[in-house]
Amino acid sequence: MKIIVCIKQVPGITDVKINPETNTLIREGISSIINPFDMYAIEEGLRIKEKFGGKVTVISLGPPQAINALKEAVGMGADEAIQLSDRAFAGSDSWATAYTLALAIKKIGNFNIILCGKQAIDGDTGQVGPGIASQLGITQLTYVFKIIKLEPESSTITVERLLEEGREIVEAKLPALLTVVKDINQPRATTLFHIRRASSLSIPTWTVVDLPGVDPYRLGLKGSPTQVIKIFSPPKREGVLDLIKADSAEQSAAILADKIIAEKIL
Amino acid sequence: MPLLEIDKDKCIGCGGCIEACPLGALSLVDDLAVVNDKCTACGACLLACPVHALNLPEALPQEVAVNLVAYSGVWVWIEQFHGRIGSISIEMLGQGRKLADQRKVALTACVLGHNVEHITKEAISFGADRVFWVDDESLAAYSTAPYASTLISLIREYKPEIFLLGASSRGRDLAGSVASVLYTGLTADCTGLDIDLENGLLLQTRPAFGGNIMATIICAYHRPQMATVRYHVFEMPIADSRRQGQVIPIKAAMSAEQITAHVIDSILEKDEIKLADARIIVSGGRGVGGPAGFETIRKLAEVLGGAVGSSRQAVDAGWISYAHQVGQTGRTVRPDLYIACGISGQIQHLAGMKTSKVIVAINKNPDAPIFNVANYGIVGDLFQIVPALTEQFKKKLHK
Repeated sequence: MKIIVCIKQVPGITDVKINPETNTLIREGISSIINPFDMYAIEEGLRIKEKFGGKVTVISLGPPQAINALKEAVGMGADEAIQLSDRAFAGSDSWATAYTLALAIKKIGNFNIILCGKQAIDGDTGQVGPGIASQLGITQLTYVFKIIKLEPESSTITVERLLEEGREIVEAKLPALLTVVKDINQPRATTLFHIRRASSLSIPTWTVVDLPGVDPYRLGLKGSPTQVIKIFSPPKREGVLDLIKADSAEQSAAILADKIIAEKIL
Repeated sequence: MPLLEIDKDKCIGCGGCIEACPLGALSLVDDLAVVNDKCTACGACLLACPVHALNLPEALPQEVAVNLVAYSGVWVWIEQFHGRIGSISIEMLGQGRKLADQRKVALTACVLGHNVEHITKEAISFGADRVFWVDDESLAAYSTAPYASTLISLIREYKPEIFLLGASSRGRDLAGSVASVLYTGLTADCTGLDIDLENGLLLQTRPAFGGNIMATIICAYHRPQMATVRYHVFEMPIADSRRQGQVIPIKAAMSAEQITAHVIDSILEKDEIKLADARIIVSGGRGVGGPAGFETIRKLAEVLGGAVGSSRQAVDAGWISYAHQVGQTGRTVRPDLYIACGISGQIQHLAGMKTSKVIVAINKNPDAPIFNVANYGIVGDLFQIVPALTEQFKKKLHK
């Protein structure tokens, strides 16, 4: 099984606090982490490899320091890593990101499964996975929370997807791109053995010249169909906390019930 | 090297851009702003600069191969499951109608499925002028490729200016695929849609960075302008069964043999009400103490006709299934009423629920951050308060 995992480095949101006076972000000591959903994708890739043999390649599009995310993935056990970093890629929206990653995946070639997290916690779009699958013309299986069956001989995969109404079991042909949700596994920690490997492994950086067949007008900010024209703070929540204090739980509950009923939302 | 350009002659070293950057990519060196490699060219800093010292190179109109004026009309994809129209699609029809009226164009609904003729009538009653009706056995259960290929061929032929989908799991799955093939802009998970009256462009507003910043996004040079929209953003339209509309039968673009992914079974959640489109959610967290404690939460949800939610801690402890998790690594919800019981309110949880209309917090700890976003709060033991509240609602609502 040749497995490719796409990961993104994101700001560790736990460190983000809001300055209540200016309603802007305080980022002192902001750390960068692997997007939490991508951790599940890496883990699932490693588990498939352990069961069926093969190779796990992690790729990431981002600024130069995103190489740390790739090193961490190798520290978990990924076999190889490729970084995509170039000024020409900067400012990519979800379309241009998917386009660039798809070109890199084509160059790597000969894959059976591509794994992505269901979305990144900074952009929250969940569109890059489906975008890559369409660019490559392969099956996409989104919101996967269990691989039920994988049969390399017949190139079929059966997965359970998590949807609004419940779960859905889908059988599909490989190659396929899967986006995974949190419940699929428990990502492993890095190990000393693999960290040592990561520090000595050479991780190539691919730039625009490394992508065969690239249309440079479809890259980065220039190639992105969407443009951000305004950024602002979200509207503050209206009103102040009405803290209900009464002598007993029953009384507090009665007051609260009346107030909720008065909101006319029930 | 980052894309952001800083005009050192203009910069006054005020630090406004540093505050605005969500990535910590800017700092002051010798009283001048400098940018590091963390910059992703998101543009958050540009408006914060009082002297316009920051600049991103203009996105050039690529190719301009797209003849923009050839595109007209607003389209909505109608999501259905087992022959029932999704509430989010009704919401989209309501907002689609408003946008179509503003642009003085028709509203088209795309109904795909099997035995779904009744949905074409529903779509018209909620505001559609025209319905593309694609009825085929191969479309009975949603699958990306047959749905996307049919929509792509319709879009290529009829050229809509705007195409809206609900930001449900299927909507996001489908939109990403369609936009990718068409090389057009897609703004995911919008919480606002408007028309710019000057140039007719769709103004798409969405939260990013866990809801800490909002961005307005346009798609100026590609068509259609595509957006997925979160649940409960727009008012539900009222059905008018007298409305008239045109129903156009269309053939599916892909034959059954070409389809490589098949739904072989579906397991429905036992709970009657699903988190995603629930108007009322009662959630439990660490304070609930165990799976048995969720019974208390469930009873209140039942009396209110609401869904049961949970914090990440309760899911990770194995007290309730992941399908119930609200927050950054779970679902983002915006119900009319969110009752948080024994949830402290970590930033990841708040990111998933803080846009709810009315928030109620019940927690032992008076300093729990959940109280900062709550409209109503009670400090106390949830095992006393929640059952008492359930009894009160039973009495007051059902008499």
